[in-house]
Amino acid sequence: MSILTQKDFETVIGLEVHLQFSTRTKIFCGCENAFGKEPNTCVCPVCLGLPGTLPVLNKSALDSAIKTALALNCTVNSYIKFDRKNYYYPDLPKGYQISQFDFPIGHDGYLDILVNGNPKRIRIHRAHIEEDAGKLIHDNAEGCSLVDYNRTGTPLMEIVTEPDLRSPQEAYDYLTALKLALQYLDVSDCDMEKGSLRCDANISLRRAGETRLGTKTELKNMNSFKAVKAALEFEEMRQFRVLATGGTIVQETRLWNEDKQATFTMRTKEEAHDYRYFPEPDLVPFIVEDAEIERIRLTLPENPQAKCQRLQKDYGLSDYDATIIVQDRHLADFFEHCAKHSGKIKKIANWIIGPLLKELKDRRCSVKDLSLKPEQFVLLVEKVENGDLSNLAGKDILITLLEDGSKTVEDLIEKSGLSQVSDDALLESIADETLKEHADVVTQIKNGNHGAVGFLIGQAMKKSQGKGNPKKIKDIIQRRLFNA
Amino acid sequence: MITNTDLQYISALARMSLAEEELKPMAEDLSSILDYIAQLQKLDVTDIKPTSHVLPLKNVYRDDSIKPSLTQEKALSFAISKAKGAFKVPQIVDN
Ligand SMILES: [Zn+2]
Repeated sequence: MSILTQKDFETVIGLEVHLQFSTRTKIFCGCENAFGKEPNTCVCPVCLGLPGTLPVLNKSALDSAIKTALALNCTVNSYIKFDRKNYYYPDLPKGYQISQFDFPIGHDGYLDILVNGNPKRIRIHRAHIEEDAGKLIHDNAEGCSLVDYNRTGTPLMEIVTEPDLRSPQEAYDYLTALKLALQYLDVSDCDMEKGSLRCDANISLRRAGETRLGTKTELKNMNSFKAVKAALEFEEMRQFRVLATGGTIVQETRLWNEDKQATFTMRTKEEAHDYRYFPEPDLVPFIVEDAEIERIRLTLPENPQAKCQRLQKDYGLSDYDATIIVQDRHLADFFEHCAKHSGKIKKIANWIIGPLLKELKDRRCSVKDLSLKPEQFVLLVEKVENGDLSNLAGKDILITLLEDGSKTVEDLIEKSGLSQVSDDALLESIADETLKEHADVVTQIKNGNHGAVGFLIGQAMKKSQGKGNPKKIKDIIQRRLFNA
Repeated sequence: MITNTDLQYISALARMSLAEEELKPMAEDLSSILDYIAQLQKLDVTDIKPTSHVLPLKNVYRDDSIKPSLTQEKALSFAISKAKGAFKVPQIVDN
């Protein structure tokens, strides 16, 4: 028997993404849908599963679900119903989760992604809505678990791919593209740290050329896209080692352990999955009319890929610049506003990708959260480009504009005296004074130490209190030193 | 006839413990229900739309507006065991 290598196997991955909608209230009751509140303060008889209570569907949650399904190119079912998924676990007070079984919101969609720069279509098997479960905090020392039901009933959409992904990297690329597409929809904050976006993965290996699927394992407990990739890489290698040595894979759920960077069999007192779905008798069916679907379709924003292409075509941006700018829908909108006010599109893009993005990252916020006006930003960039402001002074003014939207560039320049001095006569006198004060350095330069020119320029800039146009000062000093 | 193995599986899922002497009558009851379902399944329902709900209602929604929740104290008032503002339950997953 020949020795099998990883090349003899093909990896097959499917992902299940859970997305919490940021509606004001929960999916089936009027409790506030909030994160980070004191435990068990956003709960009511409905989401605590008390007997005799009835769920009523939040219209906004349904609209968000239809919008998301449409953005993922799904067919939206005109007949939607809910089903009970039965299992006992303390995070579900009712003993079942209201979910969808045979008539989900949407099915048979797709998301186009780039794999090594080549387009690849990842098929979406289905997208359904359900109620989120509560949060369990395990206390190993006490041997008990604490349950907080605030999260119970948060509207949740589960987005399930077909097993179309072929490597952990592809899975990562899909997740990145999916998150961006979802962020554009404004239905969720897509924040993995808060658990608004979560991902479970199914992975199996099969011999290259084989069309049947191998036995899969389900991976859970990954708290970032990086962790998803790492868990898949670990599991890919683990399964390869089992299969290459003639073993068989056990179908099971495995938990990712971030500290140990490994997956482990989940030991649970829960029996084999037998959810005994049946129609939810407490909720009536929903008919989604075509007109309603079309109304929601009209609210879909341009998707990030289309926007990226269009920014390149309409504004001559490079692929690199456009890709960065579309990572935040609001930043892309901001760029377009600016571009309409300015002929210097490339400079605008540079200032957005450079100083502005740095400031936004430092503040961990989006341009939409600040009161920066596109016209003021354009004016600022143009002043720097014209030489009226130094780069440094421009960045200072940008920071003030970000902090106070009522200020204008003109005011700030005047008030701070940051306006760059380009007056030739004044700069020449500053340069001459500098040369006179540092006659020893001038001698050194004339003896061949050209490195010291920078020192003189620095001294002259200092003398101008930082307001001198550095390019002009440099020209004057060089002219004095070498041509005079 | 439903087997004891089936019965034990179903009762475990339903978190019901059945005493030895309860097994036989329970198996008989469940079997008669299954027989009845088997009878129904013989009917020709080709042109009949499946019923998922007994009421002739559809599209019952709620507006997305916040209603007051219970206080933590009230929410926990019927808990058998509680700690740190949470319901306390036996540990489920061993890590
Ligand atoms: Zn509630």
